[in-house]
Amino acid sequence: MIAGAFFYLFATILVISALVVIVSRNPVHSVLFLILCFFNAAALFVMMGAELLGMLLLIVYVGAVAVLFLFVVMMLDIDVAGLRRGIKQYMIVGGAVGVVVLLELFIVLGGWVISPEAAGNARAPAPADVSNTVALGRILYTQYVYFFQAAGMILLVAMVGAIVLTLQHRKDVKRQNIPDQIARRRDQAAELKDVKPGQGI
Amino acid sequence: MPETTIPSFWPALPELLLALGAMALLMLGAFRKSDAGRGMFGLSIGLLIFVGVFLLFGTGKEVTFGGAFAVDPFIRFMKLLSIIGAVGALVMSVQFFKNENFEGFEYPILIVLAILGMLMMISANGLIALYLGLELQSLSLYVIAAIRRDKERSVEAGLKYFILGALSSGLLLYGSSLIYGFTGSTLFVDIAAVVGKEGSSLGLLFGLAFLLAGISFKISAVPFHMWTPDVYEGAPTPVTAFFAAAPKIAAMALLIRILYTAFPAISQDWQQVLVFISIASMVLGAFAAIGQRNIKRLMAYSSIGHMGFALVGLAAANEQGVRGVIVYLLIYLVMTLGTFAFILSMRRDGAMVENIDDLAGLSKTRPMQALALSLLMFSLAGIPPMAGFIAKFYVFLAAVKAGLFLLAVIGVLASVVGAFYYLRIVKIIYFDKPAEDFEPMPRELATIFGAAGLFVLVFFVYPAPVLKAAQNAAAALF
Repeated sequence: MIAGAFFYLFATILVISALVVIVSRNPVHSVLFLILCFFNAAALFVMMGAELLGMLLLIVYVGAVAVLFLFVVMMLDIDVAGLRRGIKQYMIVGGAVGVVVLLELFIVLGGWVISPEAAGNARAPAPADVSNTVALGRILYTQYVYFFQAAGMILLVAMVGAIVLTLQHRKDVKRQNIPDQIARRRDQAAELKDVKPGQGI
Repeated sequence: MPETTIPSFWPALPELLLALGAMALLMLGAFRKSDAGRGMFGLSIGLLIFVGVFLLFGTGKEVTFGGAFAVDPFIRFMKLLSIIGAVGALVMSVQFFKNENFEGFEYPILIVLAILGMLMMISANGLIALYLGLELQSLSLYVIAAIRRDKERSVEAGLKYFILGALSSGLLLYGSSLIYGFTGSTLFVDIAAVVGKEGSSLGLLFGLAFLLAGISFKISAVPFHMWTPDVYEGAPTPVTAFFAAAPKIAAMALLIRILYTAFPAISQDWQQVLVFISIASMVLGAFAAIGQRNIKRLMAYSSIGHMGFALVGLAAANEQGVRGVIVYLLIYLVMTLGTFAFILSMRRDGAMVENIDDLAGLSKTRPMQALALSLLMFSLAGIPPMAGFIAKFYVFLAAVKAGLFLLAVIGVLASVVGAFYYLRIVKIIYFDKPAEDFEPMPRELATIFGAAGLFVLVFFVYPAPVLKAAQNAAAALF
C-alpha cells in the first residue's frame, strides 16, 4: 500500500519533470528538471530492489553527465527560441510516431508473459541471501574481472587520446607559479636607486 | 550459482605486464617535465622486448577467466609477431620524430597500449573478450594516426580511420549479438559445440557474415579497404609502418582463431566468403597499385593484395593452409618493416620525399641500398627464390590441396599483375637518370633494412626452423 503510494509519487514527478525538460523556455531550468528526473528514476530503481543501478544513476548521471550539461548550456550560447520555431509542424509527425510506438507497446506488453524458466537461463542468477550490490560485486571482480579491467584500460586510452589530441601547452600564456612567488625575496624584486634631484632615472 | 573465486591471472601475465608497464610509463611521462620523449622510446621498446622474451618461454595450453581468455602455441606465436612489428616500428620512429621536432611522450605509450589490445584480441576466447581487445587496439590506433595534430593530413587520416572504424565495430557487434542469440553463448567453445550439433542456420550465417565484415575492415580486405590508402598516406610514416605490420597480423590471428575454434563445423559456409574476399583483395591490390606514384599509397595497395594472398591459405580450411598463413604473415612482416625502413630514410634537404620517381638512379648514388631494396621488391612480387615466393607457394599449395583451383589460378595471375609495379620500382632504381642523392641513412634504419633484405634473400636456404615453428603453431588449432 505504502510502496504503491510512493511508486505513484515518484512516477508522477518523473513524468511531470520530464515534460518540463522539453517545454521549459530556459535551458538551465531544463537541466535542473532533468536532474529531478534522474533522482526520481533512481528512487524507482531502489524501490524495485536494484539499489546499485539507482546509485549508479545518481553518481554517473547527476554527478557527471548533468553537470556536464550545465557546463555546455552555460558555455555555449544556444538559441533555444530558434530551435523551438518549427515545433508546431513537427508536433504532428512527432505525435503520430509517439502514438504508433505507444500502440506497439500495448500490443507487445499485452501479450507478454515472463516465462518461469527464463530466470534459470541467466548466466548468474540473483542469489537470494545477499543484496544485489554484493552479488554484482562478487561476479564482477571474480568471473568477469578480465572484462572489467579491459573496459578500464579502454577508458584510460580514451582519456589519454583526448588529452594527446587536444591539450595545448601555449607558450604565450603566463601561468601562476606559487612556489616561485613564495621563494622570491625582496632583493630579487626591488632595487633601490639613488635618484639625484632634477635628473630622473 | 556462478563461481566467485578469483580466476588464475598467470596465463595473462604478458598482458598484465604490458598494462602495468604502460601505466607506469604514463606516470613517468606526466611527472617528468622535459626530455620525457627520448627516454620513453627506449623504455617502451625494452618493455615490449621483455614481454616478447617472456612469451618465447611459455609452453602448453591454458584457459582462464571463465573460459574467456586462452593461451596456446598459436596464440603465443602470433603475439610474438605483433610485438616484433611494434618494436620494429618504434625503433624506426626515434629518428623520424627527432627530425620532425615532435616531443609527445605519449606516442610510444600508445603503441604499447595498442599492442596490449592486440595481445588481448589474439588471446580472446569469447566474443566479449574479442570486442574489448579489438576496441582497445583500435582506439589507440585512431589516436596514433592523428598524433601529428598540427598536420592536416594526419588529422584527416585519424578522423577517417575513426569514423570507418566505428562503423566496422558496429558491424562486428551486430554480428556478435546475432551469433550470441542463435547459439546462446559468447564463448567460442560453447558456440562451437552448438554449431557442431545443430549446424548452420540463417541467423547464425548472418551473424558470421557481419563478424567477418568487421574483421575484414581491420585487415583491410576488399570490399572494406577504402580507408587504407588515405590513412597510410596521411599518417606519419613510422605510424604507417606500424599500421602495415602489427595490427594486420593481430587481426588475421583473430580471424583464424574465430573460424577454427568457434566455427570449424560450418567451414564450407565461411569458405566461400573468404574465397570472395581473397580474390577481390588480390585483384584490387594488383590493379589499383599500378597508377600510384606515392610510395606510401603504393604500399597500402600492396598490403591489401598481400592480405588477399594470406586469406588464400585461410580459405583452404585445413592445417596446411593455416601453416601457410602463418609463414606468409611472418615473411610479410619482415618485408614490410624492411621496405618502410627504407621509405623512412627517403629524405632530401631535411624533408621527407614520398614519390617513387624520387628513387631514380638510386643504383648510381647508393648501390647497396638499391640492391637491398630491389631484393625486397622482388620478394614482395613473389619472384623465386625470394622469401615472398616461398610464402605464396605454401598458401597456394594449401589451396590446391583443398581443391580450390580457381582461387589458386586467380591468385597466381594477380601476383603476375602485381609484379609489374614492384618491378617498375626496380626499373626506376636501375635504369632511370639519377636524381639527387638522399641524406645518409640512420644506423637503426640501415640495420632493419639490411637485415630484412638479407632475410628475404637467404630464407630459401634454410627455411626449416620457421616452417617447424609455424607447423607447431598451426597444430594447436586442430
